[in-house]
Amino acid sequence: MNFNATLIGQSITFIFFVWFCMKFVWPPIMNALETRKKQIADGLAAADRGKHELELAAKKAGDNMRDAKAQAAEVIAQAEKRAAQIIEEAKLAAKEEGDRQLAAAQANIAQETNRARESLREQVAGLAVAGAEKILRREVNAQTHADLLGQLKAEL
Amino acid sequence: MATEYASSGEYIKHHLQNLTYGQLPPGFERHDAHGNVEVLQQATWTFAHGAEEVKAMGFWSINVDSMLFSIGLGLIFLFLFRMAAKKATTGVPSGLQNFVEWVIEFIDTSVRGSFSHRNALVAPLALTVFMWVFLMNAMDLLPVDWLPFAATMAGVPYLKVVPSTDPNVTFGMSLSIFVLVLYYSVKMKGAGGFFSELAFQPFPKFLFPVNLLLEGVGLIAKPISLSLRLFGNMYAGEMIFILIALMFGGGWVLAVFGGALQWAWAVFHILIITLQAFIFMTLTIVYLDMAHAEHH
Repeated sequence: MNFNATLIGQSITFIFFVWFCMKFVWPPIMNALETRKKQIADGLAAADRGKHELELAAKKAGDNMRDAKAQAAEVIAQAEKRAAQIIEEAKLAAKEEGDRQLAAAQANIAQETNRARESLREQVAGLAVAGAEKILRREVNAQTHADLLGQLKAEL
Repeated sequence: MATEYASSGEYIKHHLQNLTYGQLPPGFERHDAHGNVEVLQQATWTFAHGAEEVKAMGFWSINVDSMLFSIGLGLIFLFLFRMAAKKATTGVPSGLQNFVEWVIEFIDTSVRGSFSHRNALVAPLALTVFMWVFLMNAMDLLPVDWLPFAATMAGVPYLKVVPSTDPNVTFGMSLSIFVLVLYYSVKMKGAGGFFSELAFQPFPKFLFPVNLLLEGVGLIAKPISLSLRLFGNMYAGEMIFILIALMFGGGWVLAVFGGALQWAWAVFHILIITLQAFIFMTLTIVYLDMAHAEHH
């Protein structure tokens, strides 16, 4: 081991190398590493956020779907109810109309019957009076017996 | 290739010799390979041939191979990482950026695990230490003769390709780190705080000379152990590679056996070079963390 000026030369070289490394090598590479680390972290965070948002959206879509289904069901139910109601109303109206017409027909019939009966009674009474007149022509004074005849007519 | 040398001792010596450039003093006797002696008339700048000449050159000489290889490897590291840093995108990283990010995250995790204060210097420092030491250690995996042989062909007498087997390299790093440790100790605790940390514990205050001695040794042991650990491991590993390489000159049976051994040792060394780089980095972080921490 003999020492000579190489020692000094080596020290200077070493100091220069360290200085160069500290100035031009370490910082840019360290920067790149840090920046990349941050980028990756950001990317992962964004991916997480995206996933979360997707989940939310899927949930929201499901909710919307369910709401729409419920609405549609409601609309259908309402429509069915309304249809049933309309049918009921129509039935009711038809029955009422039928009843009314039936009643009118019955009233008509009753009226006709009464009228026929009246006219029949009139004719029978006329016939009876005519018969009685024929029988009693001679003995009966029409004026004296008019009351009696009227009474009879009413009875018939 | 070991056969080209006069003895295995010389082969080993040759491989452990740095390519040192320095000044030989006047009157120095140079011995060349053929036993001729040349006496220098005046001080001469030249490459050292042999350990004796290195010694004669004294402190003001320089290990050209260590400097070239360590700077070259450091530049490769900085170039690759700078390229990745320039093109760093926050999108999907491509090949090089992926690798660089992987290394940087590994360093960052280590720093966060051992360093509990805020200091923008520590992480880049740890990265530089780890990558640089790792690359310098990795030169160990090249077969020991390739580059020195090529260098000899090119007329360069010596070449040590693993910079971390040169104590100048490891101490250069550890002493720089030691200076940082001292700087942050004083900056964080104040000169008085740092002194009291050295002088007033672990024993009561009136024993402060003992404390000072204990803590002082502990403090100085940090850079020395840091660099000696790396140097020792790599030097020993290189030595074993050289010893294995000696077997290639001993007949084909030994050569085949040596080949298998070299392969096995290289595989094991992959672990060692990484581990040593990691230990050097971790201890650097820990020492700096201790410099920041307030003891009470």
